[in-house]
Amino acid sequence: MDTTQIALAERSAEEQRHHGKAVFFWVWGALLVMTAIEVFLTYQHMQPGKMLTILLGLSFIKAALIIGYFMHLKYEVSSMKWVTMCSVVGCLILMTIFFFPDAFRILYLGVK
Amino acid sequence: MADSALHDIPSVYEPSLFGTYSKKIGMWLFLLSDSLTFGALLYAYSYGRISLGDAWPKPFHSESIINATVMTAFLLTSSLTMVFAVRASVHGDAKWQRLWLLATMLCGTGFIVLHGREWSNLIAEGLSLPMFPKVPGHEAVSEFADVSKTVPQFAATFFGLTGMHMLHVTLGVIYLGVVALRRKFIPILLVLWLVAWLGTPVYSPFHYGAHVLLVAAIVCGIILWLKPKVYDSSDVEVAGLYWHFVDLVWMFIFPLVYLMSAKIL
Repeated sequence: MDTTQIALAERSAEEQRHHGKAVFFWVWGALLVMTAIEVFLTYQHMQPGKMLTILLGLSFIKAALIIGYFMHLKYEVSSMKWVTMCSVVGCLILMTIFFFPDAFRILYLGVK
Repeated sequence: MADSALHDIPSVYEPSLFGTYSKKIGMWLFLLSDSLTFGALLYAYSYGRISLGDAWPKPFHSESIINATVMTAFLLTSSLTMVFAVRASVHGDAKWQRLWLLATMLCGTGFIVLHGREWSNLIAEGLSLPMFPKVPGHEAVSEFADVSKTVPQFAATFFGLTGMHMLHVTLGVIYLGVVALRRKFIPILLVLWLVAWLGTPVYSPFHYGAHVLLVAAIVCGIILWLKPKVYDSSDVEVAGLYWHFVDLVWMFIFPLVYLMSAKIL
């Protein structure tokens, strides 16, 4: 690596040195608890639509915790956060637009 | 504060837009593109699940759900140990860095073994792909023998999605093994390949899938021979990004695939 790369890597390492272990245990515990809630909900005979909404909501919270704390994005510069997250969310929204009108049309036509 | 700190770093080039080193930006870009691969596979599975409604198979009974929950716990724990490996590396603690990386690999291997068991049980129950060899003696008693014919989308999307994830976890374990043990990991990988290949029956998809380990051993051998190096904290951090991404993807596969298709009595 050249001097710029070494300096940037060292700055990244320096930022990590200041984080305590406790926060990572809290995140890990929260992820385990949310997983347990998901499994509990599976056995509650809920309507599939309602259950899907809750499960997806919990999954997005879990994803945010993993990206923010474990993948360290919370501590990156704002341009990194915005470019990475906006691009992936934009692409996933495009996928949703392409896939789901047809899937719902089939559902409402009554083809089970 | 981090934004302004960018311009304090001396350089012959213009400052990095993202305020970090190239390897890390490269890994983030790879992960973004990979997330679209998994996004497409998850959408394909969800499309079938929503459009077919009650006709969609629900093969995951309590034993499968417990198995998948333990797999989730393994992955979440592996992410925690990976964080500690990165912390040890930035503190220059080589011994603990290696130990935490080995702990992460152990959790990842546990995940793969449990996932392999889950696949084997489903295949024995009749859920299979045309490319998989037939399990001798199971044709007549298979619980889901007709599902592969009536709803072929289920097996295609399920094995496609979870197979792609299992491959990512396997490559992740190998990646961490190379970072932790470097050249010493190649003979271990070859032994694992022989065990996986010879230890699985010929009708198991893992009998042929084990050759991924041989290919990986050859590729890793070439890389380590061409560019032998001691991996520093930036390499461990980049490997950690990949590993956490594998964990992140499972946080969507577990509820959307397993919990939404659970067989509740």
